[in-house]
Amino acid sequence: MKADPIGVLTGSHYLDGDHACAEGAIAAGCRFFAGYPITPSTEVAERISARFPYVGGIFIQMEDELGSMAAILGAAWGGKKAMTVTSGPGFSLMMENIGLGAMTETPCVIANVQRGGPSTGLPTLVGQQDIMQARWGSHGDYEIIAIAPDSPQEAFDFTIKAFNLSEKYRVPTMVMLDECVGHMTERVIIPPAEEIEIEPRRYTKLSPEEYLPYKPCEDLIPEMVKAGDGYNVHITGLTHNEKGYPIINEEVQAVLVKRLVDKINVNAEDIIITEEEEIENAEVIVISYGITSRVARMSIDLARKDGIKVGSMRLITIWPFPEKRVKELAKKVKAFVVPEINAGQLVYEVERCACGNANTYLVPHYGGGVHNPQDIFDKIKEAMK
Amino acid sequence: MAKTELRITGFGGQGVILSAYIIGKAASIFDNKYATMTQSFGPEARGSACSAQLIISEEKILYPYIIKPNIMIAMSQEGYEKYEATMKGEGILIYESNLVKPGKNRTKIKKYCIPSTKIAEDLGRRIIQNIVMLGFFTAVTGLIDYNAMKEAVKTSVPRGTEELNLKAFESGYEYFKKQKK
Repeated sequence: MKADPIGVLTGSHYLDGDHACAEGAIAAGCRFFAGYPITPSTEVAERISARFPYVGGIFIQMEDELGSMAAILGAAWGGKKAMTVTSGPGFSLMMENIGLGAMTETPCVIANVQRGGPSTGLPTLVGQQDIMQARWGSHGDYEIIAIAPDSPQEAFDFTIKAFNLSEKYRVPTMVMLDECVGHMTERVIIPPAEEIEIEPRRYTKLSPEEYLPYKPCEDLIPEMVKAGDGYNVHITGLTHNEKGYPIINEEVQAVLVKRLVDKINVNAEDIIITEEEEIENAEVIVISYGITSRVARMSIDLARKDGIKVGSMRLITIWPFPEKRVKELAKKVKAFVVPEINAGQLVYEVERCACGNANTYLVPHYGGGVHNPQDIFDKIKEAMK
Repeated sequence: MAKTELRITGFGGQGVILSAYIIGKAASIFDNKYATMTQSFGPEARGSACSAQLIISEEKILYPYIIKPNIMIAMSQEGYEKYEATMKGEGILIYESNLVKPGKNRTKIKKYCIPSTKIAEDLGRRIIQNIVMLGFFTAVTGLIDYNAMKEAVKTSVPRGTEELNLKAFESGYEYFKKQKK
């Protein structure tokens, strides 16, 4: 399906990452937004509130982030593509209902413009400290999808991608921007609507008598209906059977939770997007994501000038993690260097997948700025020893 | 010049960020270059020394922050004093002659000034001071194509004020051209 031209501002624009994210959402067909303003994500909400009247969207400024997250789940079941946006403490507050979204398999997008934490931390300054929270923040076992753009152009492109993945896999999908990307202004090219591919909602063709809301198709994803279409559905956060009714026992739990996890893991290769550069002869590979990948590229240039064979792997999707590929690479290289604007989060995944075959070096940064390229370069040199 | 780092500083409310936005837009949308803009947030963007930073390059920009500006535009004394040292004694300093008194240090900084507030007031609205400054910047540096700058001004200011803003831009541009003669 192609994008509805009404929401697509085709042309060249000079936009910050937040505004580009908003335009990506609108182009993707988002017509319901609920949120509570918080720096540095507010500009996403501002842009959507200014643009929605022209595209027929509904914008609600909610009482808080708990309500915001609940509202977008309701809107999705009402038939809308829905989004919320937040940062820092707001992301923490959304966690319970993100779990509800995962359990009820509700397509929705959460943009988190990361700032430094913990707590209120650094409201106006950059962090990448919510990487693990994105995946594990709500209680229980589930999987989500998370994408980390590194520029305003990618904030546009990958917000569309997030909506598409969210619909395809019926899972809350996160766009993990950071303050630097969100507040950075660059050229953003918005293509014509007919060049933007949109994943339609997976509505059932079955009659109300035949339809079971949680009976999965072959790819493990069940089909949806929306409120008002004449289907009797029961949607609950309790463990439920294919009919959607609560069944509190270990057999049903095992079937349901296993599927919630499997539907992402089995399809991981279809979801994962990475960018590799000069991996072939590399002795060291820098694994990075978001704004840090742009800084790391400078360090990689410095290292190459120094004669070091260093490759780059940039994670565009951070969850699911490209486990298979990192395991393969670990057998070929001496070490991985992982710069992150946190005290070490994704590095644990790299270390796990390296399985002792390659060394793993973290280059931490505690937030409030980006790395000095020299620090990553120094770690590359250390990894070569 | 392959890569230029630019800082604009002034009081929050003088149009510091809009000025950088217009230069960035001119460069990246109308002049075929890359331009990455970052800016101050929080209290400093609302009254005290506000700053916007811009990298303009012929190539794709990786590191998004400026390290040592080649060009600094100062529209307030406080902003000048806060950021002057980052120039490390080199580059081009452009300043508002009635609002900024630069120090008399013996450095390699080339200085150019314009009474942009006075010019804006004579045109009828003080608020267009920053656009006068952009015209002056365009003439002094030749960094961005003149027509690209005009196009960016026209498409970035509030509707209905295009003519006045273009007049402001021209006034700043001409001020330097006349000086040169």
